[in-house]
Amino acid sequence: MNPGSIIPFLRSVGAIFLKDWRSELRTRYAISALLMFVVTTIAIILFSLGSDGAPADALSGMLWVVIFFAAMSGLSRTFVMEEERGTTLTLQLLAPASAVFFGKLLFNLVLVLGLNAVTVLLYAAFINGFIIRSVPIFLCTVLLGSMGFAAAATVIAAIIARANTKGTLYPVLSFPILLPLLLTVINATRLASEGAFFREALGEFQILISYIVVVVVTSYLLFEYIWKD
Amino acid sequence: MTIKILLGVLLTAVIVMGFGLPMSPAPQAWYELPVIPGLEEKARIIFFHVPTAWLSVLAFLTSMFYAVQYLRNRESIDDAKSSAAAGLGFMFCILATLTGAVWAKFNWGSYWNWDPRETSIFVLLLIYGAYFSLRSAVEVEEKRAVLSSVYSIIAAVTVPFFIFIMPRIMTGLHPGAKGDPEGAGPVIEFKMSPTMRIIFFTSLIAFTLLFYWMFTLRVRAARLEAHHQSKE
Repeated sequence: MNPGSIIPFLRSVGAIFLKDWRSELRTRYAISALLMFVVTTIAIILFSLGSDGAPADALSGMLWVVIFFAAMSGLSRTFVMEEERGTTLTLQLLAPASAVFFGKLLFNLVLVLGLNAVTVLLYAAFINGFIIRSVPIFLCTVLLGSMGFAAAATVIAAIIARANTKGTLYPVLSFPILLPLLLTVINATRLASEGAFFREALGEFQILISYIVVVVVTSYLLFEYIWKD
Repeated sequence: MTIKILLGVLLTAVIVMGFGLPMSPAPQAWYELPVIPGLEEKARIIFFHVPTAWLSVLAFLTSMFYAVQYLRNRESIDDAKSSAAAGLGFMFCILATLTGAVWAKFNWGSYWNWDPRETSIFVLLLIYGAYFSLRSAVEVEEKRAVLSSVYSIIAAVTVPFFIFIMPRIMTGLHPGAKGDPEGAGPVIEFKMSPTMRIIFFTSLIAFTLLFYWMFTLRVRAARLEAHHQSKE
């Protein structure tokens, strides 16, 4: 890509993001699905724990269980919606594939960041044994984790939307791809709840960053094959 | 035909020598295998378990290679090759998991311990499972080929982390993993006698040939099927 075409490219990425954002605000389908999912799951965890708590290790892992399944319930929306409305062809004609990919990625990233903020707040408010002793580690973990989630979830959502089954296959396909990320964020969250020093978690952050870079680059390279018929 | 005979000879030799050669604490003759502390007779599994695990990774890489080929050339035979390799890889992956679990029961006391290598083989199993559920979900042939190729490539770039890096950097129960009292590093280098090494590498070669042979059979079957369908 030459420097002259970078501004129009960014503009079409922004346009696609705004389009998705507006149509999301009209129906609020993904937002409400994600929110309700988080509330329901946390309620189930509370019921099953009862009055006795769980070890801090288990609780920091469970946070990511909530986030994983909530994300799986809403993130495929941006691509499935295009197929359902029959707007895929129009979008293929109007925008380059990479702009569509980055627009959708941005949309999913905003969605995941919002989702994670709400989940963490609710989780911290209602689950008793969940204490974060090292806030910087935790914030970095959630931030990098969200970016990794959005990256992997977006490209799998694109695959899912082109396949005939929309919902059930999504977690099945995403889980193996997300596992390196999940194991690392769970580990980093445990470090945060133990109150480790920031530099102890640096290794985890390096893994997360390289994961994000690898997934975004491969998805960018492969997206055209998924998107174009 | 030659490959079949060669395979038969090699695998028979591996099975006979792997199970038949006696083990002794102080090996004198060439045919006596050394006793590895902590493994004893159970060490014999290395001749069969490691090659199956190796094949499940090799098949995964083969599948990815043909997925890339498919996306480049759009020849349906490349997709057939990719899925044939994945099918074989799935089978060997299950074999490696099962033999490993049985061995773990006798060596570590339980079938499953979430050792880093057990985690990585589990992820590989999941990926194969996801790959085939994706394939069965798409009916249009060309679309199925494109989507499964893309998925196989995405899986191939995220998974090496598990198979190659994690088992080396994390402490685990596997012989040769970090934290092994006998020392970390590839087991073949410091625990095996020359005879064991010969059996082991013969077994690796034989299993790789076995994979190659089964792979060509499957590809031929896929070709015939495509030919048959185009005639109808």
